[in-house]
Amino acid sequence: MSETPTPATGSPRGSWPLYEIFVRGKRGLNHVHVGSLRAADDRMALLNARDLYTRRNEGVSIWAVRSTDIAASAPDEKDPFFAPSGDKVYRHPTFYDIPEDVPHI
Amino acid sequence: MTETEAPGADALQEYFDATIARDQRVEPRDWMPEGYRKTLIRQIAQHAHSEIIGMQPEGDWITRAPSLRRKSILFAKVQDEAGHGLYLYSAAETLGADRDDLTERLITGRQKYSSIFNYPTPTFADVGVIGWFVDGAAICNQVPLCRSSYGPYARAMVRVCKEESFHQRQGYELLMTMMSGTEGQRAMVQDAVDRWWWPSLMMFGPPDDNSPNSERSMAWKIKRHSNDELRQRFVDMTVPQAEHLGVTLPDPELRWNEERGRYDFGTPDYAELMRVISGDGPCNAERVTRRRTAHEDGAWVREAAAAHAAKHTARHTGPDRTEAAA
Repeated sequence: MSETPTPATGSPRGSWPLYEIFVRGKRGLNHVHVGSLRAADDRMALLNARDLYTRRNEGVSIWAVRSTDIAASAPDEKDPFFAPSGDKVYRHPTFYDIPEDVPHI
Repeated sequence: MTETEAPGADALQEYFDATIARDQRVEPRDWMPEGYRKTLIRQIAQHAHSEIIGMQPEGDWITRAPSLRRKSILFAKVQDEAGHGLYLYSAAETLGADRDDLTERLITGRQKYSSIFNYPTPTFADVGVIGWFVDGAAICNQVPLCRSSYGPYARAMVRVCKEESFHQRQGYELLMTMMSGTEGQRAMVQDAVDRWWWPSLMMFGPPDDNSPNSERSMAWKIKRHSNDELRQRFVDMTVPQAEHLGVTLPDPELRWNEERGRYDFGTPDYAELMRVISGDGPCNAERVTRRRTAHEDGAWVREAAAAHAAKHTARHTGPDRTEAAA
């Protein structure tokens, strides 16, 4: 469940790296982040993810990504990073007034 | 966030308070008060340890379960407990806790786990009663935690709760089967009920007037209900199930209170709870020793896996580096 990008370079005692796990629930759906786990390498991450997150047919495909390989935006919701989309109401269909009697629009 | 662009402490606290007040979730990289972080790490770690230690009392019965069906069910359940422990350790790691450190704290007795797992499981009926009482109590505790203010903890709880229902039902079904068996089997179920009822009520912790951390945890919305409220819910939920099963709950004070619309019940022996929590229960030493032994015996496996991974990585990246160097 790490949503990390914590600088997880592993603990001083050299434990296995942290992986973020994404599962595709069924065909036609996106992979969704389900949590995290530790594994020595990619293959073990996939096997552990199967045993940990799909014990009840929850998935048809798994991605395992090293937490340190994820680039993430700043955590603060007020970060100006997202400001560009804040004031552009004209990007939404509800911005436009169309008469009720115009069909199919 | 670097030092220079960090807003003032007051603004951060205000933003955190507003997030809690709006009933929104706090996420891993948000600023949070140190007390909130510490409380959560302690609670989540104890919860994780409980799942891991919780594999032992029932695990003993996997090889002894009376049929392949019961063995398979028990195996799946104990596997789930391991999974629950791992979801929770992951959640604790999002708060900056170190996995190895958490394990170390468990096997050196510096961090606690639920008192309930320090009781022995001498008969197979105990497996059923654990599913019914202990997992039932866990459900009472955990369902409200699905709305806990810390996002990763709440999400782990959603996952755990989905799986916990199977645990409770298999236990109850097991007991129904035994109750329709011989006189001896029925007596075995009643004996297990007698032994587990009070320790199960103790799982909810000390009474509200003696639970120092509760108030703050509720203000932070980590906890949603008090210990006594959850204990009451568990009793109200369990009494009709006991009647249906045909067992007697060992509490002479247990009776329906028309006025309150809830059951009245006796007071658990909280002195016993304190003794068991502080390490003096029937199986504390055995449980921790077994966990420590398993961890130490598994060291070579962890080392071998790390060595294999390192070798594999070297084989894939090695030649490129050599060429680049040449």
